[in-house]
Amino acid sequence: MSMKINVTVNGREYSHVVEPRLLLVHYLRDVLRLTGTHIGCDTSSCGSCTILVNGKTTKSCTLLAVQADDCEVVTIEGLEKDGEIHALQEGFKEMHGLQCGFCTPGMIMTAKELLEHNPHPSEEQIRYALEGNFCRCTGYHNILKSVQYAAEKMKKEVVV
Amino acid sequence: MSNSNETNGMIGRSVKRVEDKRFITGRGRFTDDIILPYQTYASFVRSPFAHANILNVDISAAKDMPGVIAIYTGKDLADVNGVPCGWQVNFKNGDTMKEPKHPLLVADKVRHVGDAVAVVIAESREQAVDAADMVVVEYEELPCVINAAKAVQPGAPLVHDDAPNNICYDWALGNPVSEVDEAMSSSAHITTLEFVNQRLVPNAIEPRCYNSSYDQGTDKYTLYTSTQNPHLIRLLMCAFVLGIPEQKVRVVGPDVGGGFGSKIFHYTEEALLTWCTKKIGRPVKWTATRSESFHLDAHGRDHLTKAEMGFDNERKITALRVKTFANLGSYLSTFSTCVPTYLHGTLLQGLYTTPKIHIDVTAVFTHTTVVDAYRGAGRPEATYLLERLMDLAALEMNVDPAELRLKNFIPPFDGVNQPGYQTQVALQYDSGNYHGVLEKGLQILGYADVRKAQKEAAQNGKLLGVGFSTYIEACGIAPSAVVGSLGARAGLFEVGQVRVQPTGKVSVYTGSHSHGQGHETTFAQVVADKLGISMDDVEIHHGDTESVAFGMGTYGSRSIAVGGSAIVKSIEKIIEKGKKIAAHKLEANADDIEFASGKFTVKGTDKSVAFGDVALTAYVPHVYPKDLEPGLDFISFYDPANFTYPFGCHIAVVEIDKETGQVVLKRFIAVDDVGNIINPMIVDGQIHGGVVQGIGQALFEGAEYDDNGQLINGSYMDYCMPRAEDVPMIETATQVTPCPHNPLGVKGAGEAGCIGATPAVVNAVINALWSGGHKVKDILMPLTAERVWRAMTSDS
Repeated sequence: MSMKINVTVNGREYSHVVEPRLLLVHYLRDVLRLTGTHIGCDTSSCGSCTILVNGKTTKSCTLLAVQADDCEVVTIEGLEKDGEIHALQEGFKEMHGLQCGFCTPGMIMTAKELLEHNPHPSEEQIRYALEGNFCRCTGYHNILKSVQYAAEKMKKEVVV
Repeated sequence: MSNSNETNGMIGRSVKRVEDKRFITGRGRFTDDIILPYQTYASFVRSPFAHANILNVDISAAKDMPGVIAIYTGKDLADVNGVPCGWQVNFKNGDTMKEPKHPLLVADKVRHVGDAVAVVIAESREQAVDAADMVVVEYEELPCVINAAKAVQPGAPLVHDDAPNNICYDWALGNPVSEVDEAMSSSAHITTLEFVNQRLVPNAIEPRCYNSSYDQGTDKYTLYTSTQNPHLIRLLMCAFVLGIPEQKVRVVGPDVGGGFGSKIFHYTEEALLTWCTKKIGRPVKWTATRSESFHLDAHGRDHLTKAEMGFDNERKITALRVKTFANLGSYLSTFSTCVPTYLHGTLLQGLYTTPKIHIDVTAVFTHTTVVDAYRGAGRPEATYLLERLMDLAALEMNVDPAELRLKNFIPPFDGVNQPGYQTQVALQYDSGNYHGVLEKGLQILGYADVRKAQKEAAQNGKLLGVGFSTYIEACGIAPSAVVGSLGARAGLFEVGQVRVQPTGKVSVYTGSHSHGQGHETTFAQVVADKLGISMDDVEIHHGDTESVAFGMGTYGSRSIAVGGSAIVKSIEKIIEKGKKIAAHKLEANADDIEFASGKFTVKGTDKSVAFGDVALTAYVPHVYPKDLEPGLDFISFYDPANFTYPFGCHIAVVEIDKETGQVVLKRFIAVDDVGNIINPMIVDGQIHGGVVQGIGQALFEGAEYDDNGQLINGSYMDYCMPRAEDVPMIETATQVTPCPHNPLGVKGAGEAGCIGATPAVVNAVINALWSGGHKVKDILMPLTAERVWRAMTSDS
């Protein structure tokens, strides 16, 4: 049995017939070939597959593709606007918030929702928000700084 | 003589990483991102038992499942070699270590949970998994052994019939036992510690992934693999396992999502998929599930140790005596045998003038996942041993732990004006200023204030503790002749090729292979600096055996010290040849040409020619020196003269909740001396990450097996890896004592954090407990709230 789904991903509409058991993360990676969303575990613990579904951070390994029918999905590939990278992407580069880069897309997507709800998070609030995302390279130190950099930059953009 | 010391100042700058653009935009290319035309997928049938005979494997139902292309079992691979071990260690009596076959698929007997019995290849990943579920294996479960000390007891279940008492080898290093015993027995004080350096799971976030394909037209293979060293994988797989001519195989390591050692080794799946792809004539891909990663990626540490350190009346160390049981797991992983020996025993001098040292190691097979190099590899175990002894000795003798260290440190030496320091355990340190890092650490800490706060806390019924760790490591591995004499079955040089294109742009090919270290930035800085050109004009290529001539890969903090040095050697050759071309253009003598800031100049004149013009002339040699070959492209094989010896001082401050035993890490200070620094931002990042892995071992992590050999915390739900909330900001500082024997003066920074951090944290907890009157010698790591609480409540 297969099912038809209509999903908007990064502003583009897609229509596919998929197996009901296909995970959303596999749909993004294997069908749409958006490979920036990564798979690091099989227990929804690592956060590497984090995306936004209807504006909410979602671990795309916990959702079936068919559950995303009629949903609006944003992945790491959808953050650039008119050739300009997002403040968080800039923050991760400026503050050395990544080493191997595998967890980075998930980190950025999680931080994006945080900053939308809380534009001026404390260090503690950032750490709490990122607790669903593993990084084995950075010790989180520079990830914290990256998110703080982005918060600062977005604050200035709002003022302008 | 080139003037390659004349630079444009790119070395030493915190340049933002050039590789970041692809990672922050989701355009990195990891092995699992690759899907080849006519791709097939593999799934494994793995043992649920730690030790069992395989009585029957029935694939009849599985092979009729939808999408199944092929199923292979151990019997199909009876004539195929197993994966080899890369380092031979001999028994004390000279006998060769026991080296049982590590088969690609097991035919007769499984030896750990996860051992592969069959592989199923199907059109899709889901179909492969479905069909693997339908393979019926009949097992006869056998008793197993998981603890190294128990495994050597008479009557313990045998992992391999040809390894009596489960012993792979026994080994010793240092001064004669009688001399150490004598020095020990005449000591005024002896501190003794029996402890477990627990088994850890490296846990790179990218699971291992392989995709192997075969082209019938050319008889050539391509293996994409998440590896730290593609050339090494090709060599081991071709020459030792499959017998394929090396020139017929291309191995590519695309972007690699962390390794920490676990992606050095040649795993059975790499060779098996390469064997399968020719059989079925289509590409085969396998990506480990996290559960497979936990059960199959080589683990780290797992030492059981008794260590004794003697002191005289002046508190000077008189002797060190160590006995270690090292658990190697069920088979020999690629470098497993050198970790408890040549990367551990050789570091027991530490930073101290200890005159007599002896270590005895018994390496043991058990029914567990293989154990091999994990970030630091042997050196964290040596550091943990020494630094725990030092802080404990200070408590026992009621002296200050910093003062005890200062009294026992090897005096400063630069390796140029003063010779290197010859240890009692084979190594010769290159350069060091150990007092410097400790004093800097104390200053950053505000030592007097913290001790004052500790006293006040104790008076208020709180437990505050300070722990020290002053470590040394042997990095930049390694001089080939030295490691060869110690049993390594490979050279450990590195290759660096610098190709100047006709337009003056530069392509660099390095045998080092980044899995997060930022080589595309650091190496480009070195090249831009030495050639006086923009970093934008430099491209670093790595990870592909087809473009990089050869390479030994990235581990042991070796990339900048060995790989970077190889690149510098090639740059020197470029400049030397460039001078000849420039001299011809400028109608001068090559000896009169100097090169600085991207220009070749006739000494003492303003006559010069730009680097780009010389490059163009090399490729359009119309007006050109006679007898000089066209082109500007050099390769160098750099074999280091010695290891490098980074060192440092790590200090942890903890508070313990008396009610619950919960440890809160209040501060962590890391002062590291990694020699000259190319990119301070990247070095800092390496230290942060390493320190948090070290903290992870002290407070959170540990692989736990039950008596049946089941890994009971084999998932991210159960294995406690540090999350963002668990750790503080890390206070870092550096000191620079250049390495005297490589052209960049660098020592390497990849493992320092992980080596230094663990004992500092544990020492801080022990110190906090003593401040409250709980004279506890040791707590089993990880120091969970329960264990600390039990230690507090059971000592009185």
